[in-house]
Amino acid sequence: MSAPVIWILIPLFTAALLLTIKSNRIVILVAGILTGALVFIAVVIPVDTPLGLGELSFKISPALYILGRRIMLTSADQPLLVMIYGAALLWFLVASAVGCGKKMIPLGLMVTAFLVSSLAVEPILYGSLLIEMAVLLSVPLVFSPGRDPGRGLLRFLLIQTLALPLLLFSGWLLAGIEANPGDQTLMLLAAVMLGLGFCLLLAVFPFSTWMLELVQDTPPCISGFILWSFPTAGLLYLTNFIERYTWLRSAPELPILLSAAGVLMLITGGILAIFQKHLGRILACAVMMETGLSLLILSLNSLAGIGLFFSLFVPRLVALLTWSLALTILGQHDLDPTFAATKGLVRHLPYTAAAIIITNLSLVGFPLFAGFPVRLAIISALRYPTGGIGFWIFIGSFGLGIAVIRTLNAFTRSPEGEVQGNREGVLHKITLGIGLALLCLAGLFPQWVALIMKQMPVIFQHIGQ
Amino acid sequence: MSAINWIIAILVFFITTGLLLSKDWRWVFGLLAAQYIAVAWLTFVSWSLPLAMVKLITGWTVCIILGMSQPALSRSSTFENGMSQSRFFRIVAAALFGLLSLALALRSAAWLGIDPSIIWGSFILMTLGLLHAGLSFQPMRLIISLLTLFSGFEILYASVENSLMVAILLSAVTLGLSLVGAYMINRYKEGTRE
Repeated sequence: MSAPVIWILIPLFTAALLLTIKSNRIVILVAGILTGALVFIAVVIPVDTPLGLGELSFKISPALYILGRRIMLTSADQPLLVMIYGAALLWFLVASAVGCGKKMIPLGLMVTAFLVSSLAVEPILYGSLLIEMAVLLSVPLVFSPGRDPGRGLLRFLLIQTLALPLLLFSGWLLAGIEANPGDQTLMLLAAVMLGLGFCLLLAVFPFSTWMLELVQDTPPCISGFILWSFPTAGLLYLTNFIERYTWLRSAPELPILLSAAGVLMLITGGILAIFQKHLGRILACAVMMETGLSLLILSLNSLAGIGLFFSLFVPRLVALLTWSLALTILGQHDLDPTFAATKGLVRHLPYTAAAIIITNLSLVGFPLFAGFPVRLAIISALRYPTGGIGFWIFIGSFGLGIAVIRTLNAFTRSPEGEVQGNREGVLHKITLGIGLALLCLAGLFPQWVALIMKQMPVIFQHIGQ
Repeated sequence: MSAINWIIAILVFFITTGLLLSKDWRWVFGLLAAQYIAVAWLTFVSWSLPLAMVKLITGWTVCIILGMSQPALSRSSTFENGMSQSRFFRIVAAALFGLLSLALALRSAAWLGIDPSIIWGSFILMTLGLLHAGLSFQPMRLIISLLTLFSGFEILYASVENSLMVAILLSAVTLGLSLVGAYMINRYKEGTRE
C-alpha cells in the first residue's frame, strides 16, 4: 500500500463510484467517512515507517510509479494532506447541510484528489496537467443544467487552460537552465513564461475577472469551494516550484516580482470591492486580496515567511465556509445576494447578516477576528525588508472595509414591505454560530492556529536557505 | 520531407482559418478532423508512429464526441449567428497572425533546434486558436479554440519532450475538453426541454 494510492487513487475511484449512486444520504455518508478516514490516517500513521500490529507489520510506502514517472507523498507532506482533506471534509459537511451535496461531493472529491496529485507528481511540471484535469472536472460542478454556461465558467476554463502550455513549456526551459546555468536568455524566457503561467493560474489581475463572474452564476457553496481550492492549489504549486529550483529561489528578481504581483492583487481587490453591490462579488474580491497577501509573504523568501504563508489558510478557510453558507441561506430564503435585496436583513436573518459582516471583517484584518493576528505578523515581517508594502496592505484592506460598511448599511436599512421576524432555522443558526465562534477564537487565540500549522514549513524546508 | 512539412503547415493555416470562418457545425468538425491529421503528421516528425497515431485517434474521437453533441437539425443549421459581418475582419486577422507566426518561427528555429515548418505549424495553431477564443464566447467555439491551441502546443512540445506520461495526459486533457464541451451543450438542451 502506498501513500499516493491512499490519498489520491482511492478518493478518485470512490468519487467515480459515488457519481453513480442516486441516494443523497449514501453519497454524503461514504464521502464523509472516506475523507475523515484520510485525515485520520494522515494524522496517526506515518508514511515510510514500519508499524507493527501484533505479528503483522506494514508500511505505507511514499512512492507510486506510473509510466516511468513518480508520485511521491512523504511523511513531511502529511500535515498538508490533513489540511487539504480536512478542508474538503468541512466543505462537504456544509454542502450536505445546504442541500447541494449530491452534486458537489463526488466532483469535489475528484477535484481535491487531482489537486493533491499535482503537488505530489515528479517532475513537478506535470502538476499543471493534473491541475487542468481538476479544472475540467470543475465544469460539471459549476454548470447548472438548463442555463447558459455563463461568462464566469467560460473565462475560468479559458484562463486556467491557457496557463497549462506556458507552465509545461517553462518546465522544459527550466530543465535546460539546470544543465546550462549561465544562459541568461534562457533564464529570461523561462522566467517570463513561468511568470505568465502563474499569473493565469493564480488569477493575478487582469486575469481575475472569472472570479467575479463565477460567483454570480454559481451556487455560493460551489463557488466558495472553487475559490478555496484553486487559488490554494496554485499557491502551493508555486511554492513547490520555488522550493525545487535553486536558481529560482536565489534569483534577486523573484521577491520583487512576487511582491509586485501581491500588491497589485491587494489593490485591485480592495478597489473593486468598493464598487460592488453583490455580496458574492465582494467575497471574490476578498479572495483576490488573500491570494495577493500570500504572494507578498512568499516574497519574504524565508522560513518565517513560510510559517505565515500557512497561517493564512485556516482563517481563510473558515471565513470562506461561513460566508458561502450565509449566501446559500440567503438563496434558500429567495433573496438575491445584493444590497437591494438584503435591505433590513438583520431583522429577519440576523445570524446570516452577522456571519457575512464578521467574515468580511476577518478578511479585512479587523482586530479580534481570525485575520488580524496573521496580518499584523505579516506587516511586521514586511516592514523592515521592503519599506512601504504595509501601506499597500492597508489600502487594500481599507477598500474591503468600505465594502463592509456599505454591506452593514444595506443590512440595517429599513426593509421594504412587512418584516416577518427571525426566519432562520435552528440548523442554520448552529452552523453559522460555529463558524463565527471559530473566527473569534482564532482571533483571540492565534497560537492555536499556529499549533495546527507548525509542521507545515517542513515541506518547503529549502525556502529561505 | 521538409517540403512536405511546409505544405502541411500551409494547409494547417487554411484549415484553421476555415474553422474561424465556418458557421455550419458539420464543416467545423470536418475541418477539425483534417486539422488533427495535420497535427499527427507534424508530431510524427518528432515522435514515433504509434504516438503520432494516438494524437490522430484522440483528435478524431474529439470530433465524434463534439459532433454527437450537436442536435440533428436542418442542413442550414449553424451554431453561431451573426458572423457574416465579421468575416473580412477574421480573414485579415488570420492572415496577420499567420505572417506573425511565420516571422517568429523563422527567428526561433535555430534557438529551439526544430525545423521552422514544424514551429510555424505549431504557432499558427496557437495564435489562431487564441484569436478564435477572443472572437467568440459561445461554449462550443471556446472549446474548439482551446483544442486548436492545444494541438499547436502539442506539436511544439513533442519536439522537446517525448515522455509517454505527458503524451497520455495531454490526450486525456484533449478528450476532457471535448467531453466538457459536449456536456455543456447536452445539459443546456436537456434543461431547456425540461
